[in-house]
Amino acid sequence: MAEVTLRVWRGDSSGGDFENYTLEQNEGEVVLDVIHRIQATEAPDLACRWNCKAGKCGSCSVEINGKPRLMCMTRMDTLPEGPVTVTPMKTFPIIRDLVTDVSFNYVQAAKVPALMPPPMPVGGYRMFQEDVERGQEFRKCIECFMCQDVCHVIRDHEDNKQHYAGPRFFIRYAELEMHPLDQNDRRDLIREDMGLGYCNITKCCTEVCPEHIKITDNAIIPLKERVVDAHYDPVAWLGRKIRRKTKTSALDAAVQPAP
Amino acid sequence: MTEPTYEHHEYDVLIIGAGGAGLRAAIEAGQRGLKVGIVTKSLLGKAHTVMAEGGMAAAMGNVYPEDNWQVHFRDTMRGGKYLNNYRMAELHAKEAPDRVWELEQWGALFDRTKDGKILQRDFGGHRYARLAHVGDRTGLELIRTLQQKVVSMGTDVFMECKVLKLVHDAQGRIAGCVGYWRATGEFVTFQAKTVILATGGAGKSWKFTSNSWEGTGDGHAMALWAGAKLIDMECVQFHPTGMVWPLSVRGLLVTEGVRGDGGVLRNSLGERFMFNYVAEMFRAETADSEEEADKWYDDHTAGRRPPELLPRDEVARAINAEVKAGRGSPHGGVYLDIATRRSAEFIRRRLPSMYHQFMELAGVDITREAMEIGPTCHYIMGGVQVDADSQQTVVPGLFAAGEVGGGMHGANRLGGNSLSDLVVFGRRAGIGAAEYIEAGSFATSMDQASVDAAINEALEPFERTEGENPYDIQHDLQEMMQVNVGIIRNAEELEVATTKLDEFTERVKHIAVKGGRAYNPGWNLATDLPAMISLSKAVTRGAILRKESRGGHTREDFPLPDAALGEVNFAQSTDGGNWDSPVNVVASPLLVMPDELKALLEEAH
Repeated sequence: MAEVTLRVWRGDSSGGDFENYTLEQNEGEVVLDVIHRIQATEAPDLACRWNCKAGKCGSCSVEINGKPRLMCMTRMDTLPEGPVTVTPMKTFPIIRDLVTDVSFNYVQAAKVPALMPPPMPVGGYRMFQEDVERGQEFRKCIECFMCQDVCHVIRDHEDNKQHYAGPRFFIRYAELEMHPLDQNDRRDLIREDMGLGYCNITKCCTEVCPEHIKITDNAIIPLKERVVDAHYDPVAWLGRKIRRKTKTSALDAAVQPAP
Repeated sequence: MTEPTYEHHEYDVLIIGAGGAGLRAAIEAGQRGLKVGIVTKSLLGKAHTVMAEGGMAAAMGNVYPEDNWQVHFRDTMRGGKYLNNYRMAELHAKEAPDRVWELEQWGALFDRTKDGKILQRDFGGHRYARLAHVGDRTGLELIRTLQQKVVSMGTDVFMECKVLKLVHDAQGRIAGCVGYWRATGEFVTFQAKTVILATGGAGKSWKFTSNSWEGTGDGHAMALWAGAKLIDMECVQFHPTGMVWPLSVRGLLVTEGVRGDGGVLRNSLGERFMFNYVAEMFRAETADSEEEADKWYDDHTAGRRPPELLPRDEVARAINAEVKAGRGSPHGGVYLDIATRRSAEFIRRRLPSMYHQFMELAGVDITREAMEIGPTCHYIMGGVQVDADSQQTVVPGLFAAGEVGGGMHGANRLGGNSLSDLVVFGRRAGIGAAEYIEAGSFATSMDQASVDAAINEALEPFERTEGENPYDIQHDLQEMMQVNVGIIRNAEELEVATTKLDEFTERVKHIAVKGGRAYNPGWNLATDLPAMISLSKAVTRGAILRKESRGGHTREDFPLPDAALGEVNFAQSTDGGNWDSPVNVVASPLLVMPDELKALLEEAH
């Protein structure tokens, strides 16, 4: 009978070490299945976070062989032979074993100024598929926070967390800025308080996104253009005026009463 | 024992559960100026609502202008085999469109029609294309929208906090609850004028389920223990299409949207077998040839509905019968084929998560091959009996909304009616709680003895060095419920289940937990098991009493519906007290439907 070995980091904020678990190999299993089998037998107190086990909730983010992955979507048979190393996400403080304190992300979420739509006409807003699609890409985000985990701005510099929202929230800001109904302006906030300038477009976030959202190309770069241009560049300022007008047109169309 | 010390919070409205219903209730109560707290077992935004795929049913008439609330009401009642609380079905059908539009004002981005309205898709049991959706990730859109709204309102959300028990005041009114933080294992009490249960479902008592670990029936069980009534607990929905292979993902949901978008079911002989399983009740509106059925997708007036889009209970039973007759797939399911019927581009655009899920987990490309699927425990129609308008239970100050509530869906829920249920009745529960507080007669103190008892009971497993492993009990419970209280039931197996559940009850009292209290999944499971067992007993008891087949409850020894039983819900209650207290059952007659609504059901189509 073939076997698998998981090398799992166990410990808490005071420290810890790796522990090896060797189990028989089952066909088609993902890493989370093996963790569950360990919990049910050898180590019922092995802490891990998970919910849907279908790649839809983004709870079971860890680092597998050093890379941020969802445990529920990583098949054992896709990993290289030999022991599989499972560690908690590095960027966030440890609670216990594979569970980290991701409250940083909830603090950032609370800072986002909400959508500000015009009053809804009878029969609902009119929006077109091509206009909602840009935002829909970002709303695929399952908040696994692996983009935050891998982002070196905060992965290697704890103090940057004070003034850096991170890729997950850059796509949120991009979504709102591109939302056909939005009348809010968050550009100064994004530039001054959310630290968009710290991102130097290494695309690590895009690479780890389990939803394949083009975080850098479709959110961060356009957001940078929008924010930086608005502030420094008079030509772009004019361009922004025009683009702004486009947004306004979409907005006008959205609140036209239904024919 | 020394006086324990723990955190204490006070709220006007305390909501247990942060899925669609809980969040919608929080918004409503918050907008009415009340102090609102939300407690969730998981992180915010991870609730089972994210798993909803296909959409949210609302008769907006964007695709078929002839759709309206009356037709939606009729479809819901027929789907529920008339066991529904008619008033809930009525309110739901009337209010769902406004709840969808409201989500759009809070930032949701639904798929659009060509003329810019919210696009609506076809689903089983709905006469018209009625489901507002975002590809096949509508639940995620719903929860993210509500989550972002709640966060923007500054509502307090207590994450990874497990509630153990509801607590009353001396007059028997709800006064709050006691729980613990998963991260530290420390206890916490929440005193509240009202408590809204929005804890979702209970599928985790079965082996093959689409539910996450959270679906342990906490709210159902806590309501029962607190003196509320549970109805229709025997009515459990087995979704026809769950993955069957690999074994590790068996039960994982495959959206009904696959069938709504043209997918068909075939057996191992390649036959489109659903044509052989059209019940009398649906015959007049269901196509009787493949040719007729296929015309319907593009134009609902050109043919009658394909039988693949019958309500879920009908389709699940048919699949079960095909497999039993030896016409199943290699892994014990049947085939769901959209590859031969729609273009690869169409499939990837309409069903992106299904494409992804099969590719990554099963190595199957659904644009080229058929999926192997079979029934999976998905939803419990049964739940806490509530007043339709206010969502209040018989216990003063206790409300319930969403899957934990009972009555809305009768004996079988239509796909798409759950997301709309969450927001329609989440909002109503928020209003109900506000009105209860306004009336001025609410609890102001918690029964301390009850708090102490819950804490002591939760800590007992640590005092044993030898004893049962909670994972073993959970495993045995799931195997047992799958075999004996599954999709097809009989008296003999239900008796076996009853005996086994008594054994599990004793085993739970002998659990020993290893390790400490901080983020200890073994202990967390030990504290979930009393609810799982109470829930399983309630389902089994209901299934024994309902000597007929109706919707999500099928008895092979009573294969037909019984008109007399169709007039009653079985209501289960305890005299309060412990999780293993004896349960009383009474037959509770259905609400009497006004004639104008009755006429809608009888109307020819």
